[in-house]
Amino acid sequence: MNIFLPILPEISIFISAIFLLLLGLFIKNIKLIINLAVVTLILAIVFVIYQPIGTAFNNSLVNDEFSKVIKILILLGSLASIIMYHSSRKDLNIDLYEFPILILLATIGMLVMASANDLIAIFIGLELQSLTLYVLASLNRNHLASSEAGLKYFLLGALSSGLLLFGLSYIYGFTGNTNLNLISTTVAPGNIGLIIGIVFVTSGLAFKVSAVPFHMWTPDVYEGAPTPVTAFFAMAPKVAAIAVAVRFLIVGFSDVAFEWQQIIIFLSIASMVFAAFAAIAQTNIKRLMAYSSIGHVGYALIGLACGTEQGISSIVIYLSIYLVMNIGVFSFILSMKYKGEHYENISDLSGLYKNHPYYSVIITVFMFSLAGIPPLAGFFGKFYIFIAAIESNLMLLAIIGILASVVGAFYYLRIIKVIYFDEEKHSFDGFNHKSLHLLIHPSAFLIILFCLYPLPLINIANYAANAFY
Amino acid sequence: MIQLEQFLILSSLIFSIGVIGIFLNRKNVIVILMSIELILLAVNINLVSFSYFLGDLTGQIFALFVLTVAAAEAAIGLAILVVYNRNAGNVEIENINSLKG
Repeated sequence: MNIFLPILPEISIFISAIFLLLLGLFIKNIKLIINLAVVTLILAIVFVIYQPIGTAFNNSLVNDEFSKVIKILILLGSLASIIMYHSSRKDLNIDLYEFPILILLATIGMLVMASANDLIAIFIGLELQSLTLYVLASLNRNHLASSEAGLKYFLLGALSSGLLLFGLSYIYGFTGNTNLNLISTTVAPGNIGLIIGIVFVTSGLAFKVSAVPFHMWTPDVYEGAPTPVTAFFAMAPKVAAIAVAVRFLIVGFSDVAFEWQQIIIFLSIASMVFAAFAAIAQTNIKRLMAYSSIGHVGYALIGLACGTEQGISSIVIYLSIYLVMNIGVFSFILSMKYKGEHYENISDLSGLYKNHPYYSVIITVFMFSLAGIPPLAGFFGKFYIFIAAIESNLMLLAIIGILASVVGAFYYLRIIKVIYFDEEKHSFDGFNHKSLHLLIHPSAFLIILFCLYPLPLINIANYAANAFY
Repeated sequence: MIQLEQFLILSSLIFSIGVIGIFLNRKNVIVILMSIELILLAVNINLVSFSYFLGDLTGQIFALFVLTVAAAEAAIGLAILVVYNRNAGNVEIENINSLKG
């Protein structure tokens, strides 16, 4: 019994997923399954909070402060996407009981990723997550766009897993170990095989976090997948993949930091700049959010490029704020419906202010926060990242980051302009949905409140970053 | 006696064939699935040969994990391909372009 204690959240989610899968066969009550999945995730959050810090399975999984915080973020993201699914399952033609179960299974993979301290555990966690995400993307079986999104995601995701594995095999071969702690004792600068391995693994992980130049799948998949799935993609898997990259590079290879630092700097600059310019021409709001998420990953990678304790804590702050903003924006996108039909174009928002002044203010808050305008939370996320970059002498990254966020502000502000100043077009009835209120108001509240009361999140982030130093 | 380098050259050749197969192929999605399998096989050759030359069993266990996951990946990929084929009527790569921008 004792050996299962460190993976209690994973085990409880797994048992619940299998149980719900059987239940779904016999009971046609999808609402019950959704409720049970929500209860499971809340229970898992409680388990994670009360879990003792330690290692499991011969040090291949660790439960440290960092993995605890990341796991809570992942579970919150999964929880939010199940609630979003509940609000729109009938209209989006995805009224299938498999959805919450697939989310639960993907969550197990992401929890394993968050605490993986061994090459095999990293690989298994990543695949457990990816295989479920491919199915989720193509969940809307009778819809061409959804199955095309699933196919594209599968092909590029499988290629990225291949690259990652090839890198892992080189790292194993040139260090003789699969455990990250043991690897860190044997790495030496100038080992070509090891550098090949690091490059391949980093590019595989860059695929999973959709950093430029490995971002090609992101806009298509985000547009084609059903909206609750898109929201899920934008939240939990990104957090998990960044967590894997942080643990892999910081724990395993901090002695050869200068070898991987340049790769991360390149990925970060490319993502920030590319996303800022590519998003300008978008008309579909889900596609816009895809480019926005590419840009945000670029900012989060600045923290990783620093490789310092402050850098890691700024990543945690940034990811938490990013998660809350995405919960808000995607619940807003799901509310854009009238008589059961969902609207996804930015032009559909035109003149929203005249019909829904209150919700226009809320989306303005989210957009300002995404653009990084003070005093909203998004500004502070970027602020801590840039401070960390400046303190580790990465001035160039900070300057390019600030310039890219100025360009990026354009496409967020354009949405606000469309809402307030354009001709009135649609009136939406999706704002009345109770379960979306559960998401949209708390996230707006948190984003506004953060500037008054930032200390809890900062303390949590410092607590998380403590794990590595 | 075959040296480690020769195994590594073999595996990187197979890996390159797989990657090039994905990017140069202009006809059929099934070929991409085959290329992905080739990439995973190259990884397995790497792992097993490293394991043999290091005298360490972990690599072979890793290779077994890779085999298992590759099987699951192929199953899911084919399932998605079947769903796509039902909706689009074909699996030609040139026609996978309804999402773009």
